[in-house]
Amino acid sequence: MTFRHKHILGTRRFSEQDITLILDTAESFKEINAREIKKVPTLRGKTVVNLFFEASTRTRTSFEIAEKRLSADAVNISASSSSVVKGETLEDTAKNIEAMHPDIIVIRHAASGAADYLASRLNCSVINAGDGAHEHPSQALLDLFTIRQHKKRLKGLTVTIVGDIAHSRVARSNLFALTTMGAQVRVAGPGTMIPPGIEKLGAEVFTRMEDALRGADVVMMLRIQLERQGRHLLPSLREYARFHGLNREKLALAQKDALVMHPGPMNRGVEIASEVADGPQNVILEQVENGVSVRMALLYLVSGLAPENT
Amino acid sequence: MTSSETILLDKAAIRRALTRISHEILEKNKGTENLVLLGIPTGGDHLAAELAAIIAQIEGEEIPYGVLDITLYRDDLAHKTIRPLRKTDLPFSPDGKRVVLVDEVLFTGRTIRAAMDALMDLGRPCNIQLAVLIDRGHRELPIRPDYVGRNVPTSHEEEVHVDFDRDLKACAVRLVKP
Repeated sequence: MTFRHKHILGTRRFSEQDITLILDTAESFKEINAREIKKVPTLRGKTVVNLFFEASTRTRTSFEIAEKRLSADAVNISASSSSVVKGETLEDTAKNIEAMHPDIIVIRHAASGAADYLASRLNCSVINAGDGAHEHPSQALLDLFTIRQHKKRLKGLTVTIVGDIAHSRVARSNLFALTTMGAQVRVAGPGTMIPPGIEKLGAEVFTRMEDALRGADVVMMLRIQLERQGRHLLPSLREYARFHGLNREKLALAQKDALVMHPGPMNRGVEIASEVADGPQNVILEQVENGVSVRMALLYLVSGLAPENT
Repeated sequence: MTSSETILLDKAAIRRALTRISHEILEKNKGTENLVLLGIPTGGDHLAAELAAIIAQIEGEEIPYGVLDITLYRDDLAHKTIRPLRKTDLPFSPDGKRVVLVDEVLFTGRTIRAAMDALMDLGRPCNIQLAVLIDRGHRELPIRPDYVGRNVPTSHEEEVHVDFDRDLKACAVRLVKP
């Protein structure tokens, strides 16, 4: 079995074999993360630059911990403290960083396609840590990993994603990865947040959340991005919580053992009620825990390519 | 180009070699106290299980054995295509244990170097010993086995394969000439 991707740009390009290899590799890293000494020398001497043009705590910390546990040298650059604020273009910033010979650049950017753009212009590996409303592959893969751990399979499961589907890179990456693995994906949310044509990507669209939840094996709630477009697409948060928020009554429509997931950070009382977020079916912190293992797997797999294969 | 193949050991010969190694392990360690076996995949893990079963027959006492994946400690990550990781499974802490590493074929010694590093990250064994079914020479590091099933002179280009049957018992050792 070989992994032929130099970059991790999105889940859309991954085959079933690719995803299975990533998840299996992550299993092995999970064992390392449970050890007393949580560090292996695999990426010793490799430099990884975390280039974050958007605020992020969870993803950046998760990548940084993953890099350090693989013994790579991690360098963090955030937009607010960099030359970006001085007006440098993305390409110039990246080219300057590349001149210092990093092996991998992990990038988060507000523009869809930013990671692909860099990958086509740089020689090092690029890992997409979220680009605009396009993809967030590591998040989707850690979601699949968490689902597989609990359900022992992905094929044939029904996964309901609720929220701002139109602006969610998490939803898009999950949709691609889950359908590739043979799961059924349902999406639901206010009409303003369902992108036209999403059914062409394999999703089943529901306007009423209750219908989408019926019989679901997994319920994935998305964050309403209050700091971005969220406000303008909604009449009020109270109304959103009532029609599209997850509470105990609505969750009861799903399978008894349905998993409740959220990519974080949560708006408690808006898209998810605390009784559910802290309830017995939630695997939200497990998602965060598994994120480190999955990101270690991605860093390991892109580093393992022999030069002649790239 | 055709390749030719010689059977070096058949199932009975492997069994005799493993039985002798088991006796040697018990003799050198004066019994089973603090003794554990750690197999290196792929192959060494099955051999460790076989050795543990033979030792249990001889001494009437079960000894713990585990699996140590060394992929992440290899020094050739950049030169080879990725191979799927195996899970390290230690049902014990190596602290204070006499650890016998078990591998199928000893060649350059780099795998064993990686295994020692991996083991040290997991704890502090009292000592580390090495048991191999085949020693084929060509060491690149100052590493020597404590227990050897069979020494086989080989050329660098030849390959030595250990086959396992459906019950994961070693059933043949083959020398393949390119």
